[in-house]
Amino acid sequence: MTKVLNFLDPLPIVSAVLMGVALWLIFIWVPTEINQGAVQRILYFHVPVAWGSMLGIFVVSGSSIMYLWNKNEKWDRLAVASAEVGVVFGGLMLLSGMIWARPVWSVWWTGEAKLTTALILFFIYVAYLMFRAYFPPGAQRQRLAAVIGLIGAANTPIIYFAANLWAQAHPPIVTGPAADAESSLGSDLGTVLLVSTLAFTFLFIYLLQIRLKVRKAEDDIIELKRNSGTHAPISQAPPDQAQSTEARGTS
Amino acid sequence: MIDSLAVIWSIGRKDLLLELRNKDVVVAVAGFALLIMVIFTFSLNLSQDSARLIGPGVLWSAVAFAGVTGLNRAFSLEVEGNTLEALMLAPVSRDLIFLGKALGNFLFITVALVVVLPVFAVLFNLVIFRWEMLAISLLTTVGFSAVGTLFAAMSVRVRAREVMLPLLFLPVVTPLIMAAVESTSHMVNGRSWSDMSEWLQLAVAFDVVFLVVSAFVFQHILED
Repeated sequence: MTKVLNFLDPLPIVSAVLMGVALWLIFIWVPTEINQGAVQRILYFHVPVAWGSMLGIFVVSGSSIMYLWNKNEKWDRLAVASAEVGVVFGGLMLLSGMIWARPVWSVWWTGEAKLTTALILFFIYVAYLMFRAYFPPGAQRQRLAAVIGLIGAANTPIIYFAANLWAQAHPPIVTGPAADAESSLGSDLGTVLLVSTLAFTFLFIYLLQIRLKVRKAEDDIIELKRNSGTHAPISQAPPDQAQSTEARGTS
Repeated sequence: MIDSLAVIWSIGRKDLLLELRNKDVVVAVAGFALLIMVIFTFSLNLSQDSARLIGPGVLWSAVAFAGVTGLNRAFSLEVEGNTLEALMLAPVSRDLIFLGKALGNFLFITVALVVVLPVFAVLFNLVIFRWEMLAISLLTTVGFSAVGTLFAAMSVRVRAREVMLPLLFLPVVTPLIMAAVESTSHMVNGRSWSDMSEWLQLAVAFDVVFLVVSAFVFQHILED
């Protein structure tokens, strides 16, 4: 029996402990930054979730290429699970970035290169997930989704280059508090960022693992239905059930 | 080499013949693009300065949005006529089928642009009939048809394909739209080739990458 949630796993425990330490460091231990004030603490969330969304894109691209290469379903499951978690992290990155930018840059959004790139990539991976939701399940959906993953990866450097050129032509209008005082944080900032990034990386892997298990269970159900014939309910087909338990045990 | 070109041309010519008979795609793309531009001219209250500032953006957004509607037709005709299987049975490699279909789409969008660009020049009162405009239009159309053909082939079997194609197509072509808008706006402001060279290089890179990648992955799309 594949169990989706298991609280005795080391992964959720490590994520929770690290997250607790990160929260303590961010809100109690680290001093307030002189120039930006309390808002600067958003950085300690923003950078780790941005890293998580990047990690998600890397895993989607890598496993899409692997799937096209050897057609092993586990790569497809890894790609979709990673796209889902990556899109959630990407959404959090965009939101936390905007909340930070409003007081510091006095705009919610601007044409800065990294922002533009992140937003376009976010849309590409949302389209990836929507495509999967609209397409009937099967090997064809997995192949086509892998192609989108590949296209997104091929496009990333072009988008970044274009966004950079665009930002040079239209300098972002930013009128935030000027950084007149030397930042008082020094190496503290690095420490907090490191712990927080580690915590969010573990959270990313944990969420990825949960989604992978759910995907595996979904595939198992499809397999069960296929083995038991299209019309007979699973409960009335004991021999097939035995067969599928066997199949699950070996996979 | 000559054989490959013959295959590409015969697929492109087939689409062109169909198009000459019913004129579905070109009329749809050109008509839709014109309507978008007309609506913009009413909603933006143009002066000569603001036309120069926002005209290029309006032009290429209109072409991108209208292009999607035309691209949708490219493969839906094949599916409706059950000719996609015949195309897949043809003893030619899949990348040539892709290039042939992309050639067809390229010609349709080019013809639509021939209608759209003069109207744009009139509505926005801008001088655009220059060699720069030819280069920008060709580069943009190549990229649109490469990406568009790939995604149209993918979304043809999706329910709600009219929704799916723009959602896939528009974010991916955003760098190309940026390149087209920026170089057009350099042109209408009377700047030289060297000012827009970086954007044109970007458009060339985009076209090359997506022609090669799309042709390469097309075998995975037209499988079984």
